[in-house]
Amino acid sequence: MGNWFVLIAGRSSRQGVSLNKSKLEGEYVAEISTIRISPEDAERLGIKSGDRVRLRNSNGEVVVRCEVARPDELSPGVLFMAYGEHSSRLMGGDTQGTGMPDSKGIDVELIPLGGPEPDGGAE
Amino acid sequence: MAEKRVVADATCTFCGCVCDDIVLEVENGRITKARNACVLGTAWFLNHSPENRPVCTIEGRPASLDEGVAEAARILVEARYPVVYGLSDTTSEAQRLACQIADRIGACLDTTTSVCHGPSGMAFQGVGEVTCTLGEIKQRADLVVFWGCNPAESHPRHFTRYSTMPKGFLVPRGRKDRTVVVVDVRRTKSAAAADKFIRIKPRADFEALWALRALVRGAPVDDSVEEKTGVPVREWEELAERMKSCRFGVLLFGMGLSMTRGKHLNVAAALALARDLNRYTRFAAKPMRGHGNVTGADNVVAWQTGFPFGVGLNRGYPRFNPGEFTTTDVLARGEADAALIVAADPMANFAQPAREHLARIPVIALDPKETPTTRIARVAFCTAPYGISVAGTVYRMDDVPVYLRPALPSPYPSDYEVLRRIDRAIAALLREREGVELRA
Repeated sequence: MGNWFVLIAGRSSRQGVSLNKSKLEGEYVAEISTIRISPEDAERLGIKSGDRVRLRNSNGEVVVRCEVARPDELSPGVLFMAYGEHSSRLMGGDTQGTGMPDSKGIDVELIPLGGPEPDGGAE
Repeated sequence: MAEKRVVADATCTFCGCVCDDIVLEVENGRITKARNACVLGTAWFLNHSPENRPVCTIEGRPASLDEGVAEAARILVEARYPVVYGLSDTTSEAQRLACQIADRIGACLDTTTSVCHGPSGMAFQGVGEVTCTLGEIKQRADLVVFWGCNPAESHPRHFTRYSTMPKGFLVPRGRKDRTVVVVDVRRTKSAAAADKFIRIKPRADFEALWALRALVRGAPVDDSVEEKTGVPVREWEELAERMKSCRFGVLLFGMGLSMTRGKHLNVAAALALARDLNRYTRFAAKPMRGHGNVTGADNVVAWQTGFPFGVGLNRGYPRFNPGEFTTTDVLARGEADAALIVAADPMANFAQPAREHLARIPVIALDPKETPTTRIARVAFCTAPYGISVAGTVYRMDDVPVYLRPALPSPYPSDYEVLRRIDRAIAALLREREGVELRA
């Protein structure tokens, strides 16, 4: 049946600082390519910080790095990532007549892909 | 040897706090220190020194300002359904010019508000807004509830400058005289600054706020509220009681309400709760606005057209219809055939179908930095950063206008200057076209 999660996209301090340097490379790109997962879910799925996972839903799919969150930061079943290229790929264009697409609380399926790539990057 | 200069009372335009007590040190044409600034403000001031980039590129090739203006005007005049979008990181003077351009070419005029607190704007129209300034919060609030927002990371000085720490007229002991509550789906860094953290299930904000409205009125709520919100009814009862018994309360809400399913209805529930609470005490509700002048964008578009965002000007008079004239929709449906993007980066954060269409149409982008949007733009202008190199007016998140004191000269033109030139070029092209039509 797959591992379904609720993805919360939002701002992070690291994203806010790094976007002033460049939105095209470096720390900003690393920050928006990382999801945070609860320690409970990470243990259940055998995921360690630095591992890659695929997130997908009917809007699109991305491969991102995983970071295991602090205990109690996230409830099991909830993922967090900083807004950007990757969160956008999982958002649909329907705004239900508001102008605002569902940008937080998006259903995504998570597929563990194992250890990091040699360069530690995400697709 | 270059001399060190100090610019006192500079204004940071990175976030909606618009802190205007920054002391900048300038050496060799660069800002070397930003005293009083938070981590975001410091990064903003220290990374916006003039770069060695062409003032304009057309299809990636360097061009003069005049060539860029001519090409931008041509694209916008020839377009049948253009979009003017962005505006949240520029001065209100430039925002007014963008409205004028949108009016001339019959564009959809929209700002980053539509993917930020646009739903809040819709809720204000439906419910009204019991409002206050950040100064009133500082001087009076003894209960501060943050709902679906994380100021510790997005507005780092909000706590110390306005909402939790400062000593005020009716809260002389500062933090000791206030109760701080954080309601969120995540235990954010802001939760650490609260007396009480309530972890709510994702997508349950409307139900929680509606239950609070019932509890405030003394009506019983069903036990199913616990299952739906993930929070025992007893905790909601305690919060309702705390809200009724404070002397001056404020609910500061973020995009946790406006970006989640329910959107304007979530915000309407928060605004209605604040309104209801005024039967018992003084209570306000305010959105935590993100970009430095996104509040100015709402104000300027509202004075110019009567509506805050999502305005269609293509019939020659303003029509407001979120979902129809808002940029995500106009792009995702494949309707727009050109876009003028001022001080915003939709290619970085729009939904995928909207980004795909934006990459297909001619885009004119104004930005001090190279961004995913300037990269796909047919015409990209490198402009001077507002607040650092450009004077003008911005609106703080509580609608208080603040004047900017720039610290550094810039070799690049301001957004205002580029838009003024584009506007004149459009006016000339339209006159020419009218002349041809009259003669024909």
